[in-house]
Amino acid sequence: MTASHAASDASGADLALSSVTKRFGSFTAVDDLDLLVGRGQFFALLGPSGCGKTTTLRMVAGLEEPTAGRIDLAGKDITRLKPYKRPVNTVFQNYALFPHLNIFENVAFGLRRRGVKDVKGQVQDMLDLVELSSYGGRRPGQLSGGQQQRVALARALINRPQVLLLDEPLGALDLKLRRQMQIELKRIQTEVGITFIHVTHDQEEAMTMADTIAVMNEGVIEQMGGPTELYDNPATTFVSNFLGQSNLVAGEVLGQSGHELVVAVEGSKLGVPMDRARSTSGAVWVGVRPEKVFLAASGTETEDNDNVLRGAVVTDVSFIGVSTQYLVRMPWSQELTVFEQNTGARESFRPGDAVDLHWMAAHTFVLDAAQDAHAGDETYDADLAPAGAGT
Amino acid sequence: MTVADVGRVVEGTEDEPPRRPRRRSGWATGYLLLLPGLLWLVLFFAVPTIQLVATSLYDQAGSLDTGYAMTWSFGNYLDALSTYRQPFLRSLMYATVATVAALLLAYPLAYAIAFKAGRFKNLMLVLVIAPFFTSFLVRTLAWKSILSDNGFIVQTLQTIGILGPDGRLLATSVAVVTGLTYNFLPFMVLPLYASLEKIDPRLMEAGKDLYANGFTSFRKITLPLSMPGVVAGTLLTFIPSAGDYINSELLGTPQQYMIGNVIDNTFLVQLNYPIAAACSVILMIVIVIMVLVYVRRAGTEELV
Repeated sequence: MTASHAASDASGADLALSSVTKRFGSFTAVDDLDLLVGRGQFFALLGPSGCGKTTTLRMVAGLEEPTAGRIDLAGKDITRLKPYKRPVNTVFQNYALFPHLNIFENVAFGLRRRGVKDVKGQVQDMLDLVELSSYGGRRPGQLSGGQQQRVALARALINRPQVLLLDEPLGALDLKLRRQMQIELKRIQTEVGITFIHVTHDQEEAMTMADTIAVMNEGVIEQMGGPTELYDNPATTFVSNFLGQSNLVAGEVLGQSGHELVVAVEGSKLGVPMDRARSTSGAVWVGVRPEKVFLAASGTETEDNDNVLRGAVVTDVSFIGVSTQYLVRMPWSQELTVFEQNTGARESFRPGDAVDLHWMAAHTFVLDAAQDAHAGDETYDADLAPAGAGT
Repeated sequence: MTVADVGRVVEGTEDEPPRRPRRRSGWATGYLLLLPGLLWLVLFFAVPTIQLVATSLYDQAGSLDTGYAMTWSFGNYLDALSTYRQPFLRSLMYATVATVAALLLAYPLAYAIAFKAGRFKNLMLVLVIAPFFTSFLVRTLAWKSILSDNGFIVQTLQTIGILGPDGRLLATSVAVVTGLTYNFLPFMVLPLYASLEKIDPRLMEAGKDLYANGFTSFRKITLPLSMPGVVAGTLLTFIPSAGDYINSELLGTPQQYMIGNVIDNTFLVQLNYPIAAACSVILMIVIVIMVLVYVRRAGTEELV
């Protein structure tokens, strides 16, 4: 169907942003941003609201003009090009479907503006692709949210843009439909082979769909890479908290031993592979993901290459089916989180049990202590937290 | 199940206070609220309209002193049309020109208020309504001095040669249409503003994103979406303009008299009630027909 002929000539192209800055009055929305998106990639810009991700997208679409810097698409400078002259199309946050036109005319809008022939056939093919073939005569107001979302996608895709921009396209859908559309979007992207840039604040959405994720915060990119890389080896406390959850404890670097950095944490020595250490001297945050940690009854022997923190007490247990989430209080009164898979093979604990925390040194990461340990943690409320807590 | 049934069921359950009276009063509230307006309409619209139609069919031979005989004289309508064809056509023409002029002036203004005014939006809306703080008559009289032969407008136009040395504005069609346009402009601006203001600016962004330049975006998106405002505004301007007689009275001469002046004159000077009533009914019917055709062609019912 369409996808095949769309793919044949829709050449996804390299998009490059160089030192792009956007200021609104005294507020800097995007700060000296450099970004390279490769041809045919599914690229996600992930960050909390107000981090500058939508502004970045709008500059690529031409709906905002950068204060400084330059944007190139397929080697051509498009920084000051009018939006209607760019080979870029957008799926807007609330779809922005034209309420006075039916679905067919909404999808045909871009083709008609460019004077393309065979509008009818192309629109029909595109409606087939998004599985709305029989809805051409309806008005947007008569469609459900998920259907409107697909019309918005069809309306943008039919123009075979070099880059397709998606601005929180799934934000208005309920959870179940969102999961379904994530898979659908990924399928369509693979079929048409166009470069997708997807803006979202939902880390799970970004990780499910994107090849590459750029995590943005306060106008700059904190870290960029594949989902696994970002999750397993975060570069900043913001990334470690915003993408999933992390346990961060304060430590002091003691020195190096072979390929490992040795860090002292409240009297214990922890090892960290050198390539996972973002800081190699002085005060640091030592981090580990909750699901990488195993709980063991107090005093259990460990394997040689395990990191151990002893003397914890279980304070809270929540059973959530596939896993059990434990909150444990450390001797220095910090609370850490541990997720245990409910495989049945491991011992379970109750509040008040004394436990030790074990995890593989290879799962540990080290971050510079100059950063706020709670950056990017949307559930953390500084006013409610006990003094000295560091999760 | 009707409302009354629901009430009975609820009432039937024990230890529940009877709820029927409250429901019934709720049901009656709507009608009670309608009543004053309805009475007003019957008394001051329905009755006079029926009386007016009846008057238009009276025998012209009667007079106020001797009374009129109901003779179903449909001939009155032919008399009215043949005698006052000119003022009828003039009214429709003046009203059309004034409505088009008001639309051309009001659309950019309403657009600017809706999308570009920022924090001055409310101030500008107040300024649009501000003329209503003085009487219609006073404002029209003010135009009389603005357009007068010694006024600066006429002098300026004479100096730059648009008007001849003896040219004037007052007592011309231009003056009457200008007056109509001015007086009914707010009725055009407000509905236009209301419908433009409702348009999501992201739709225009979507238009630009889909290869429509500024003008095409306007033509294909903004204009169609503002049609309800255009229709409401043109009706609110055209209908009172067509029946107006103050502007032609104060700014024109008998050569510019509109059907309103004729009705005024026939009722109050000639005391020819049947003909005056026939003129009024004809004006009403013509306007209703034109409005129906217009609304159907504008196709507003298709708009969301």
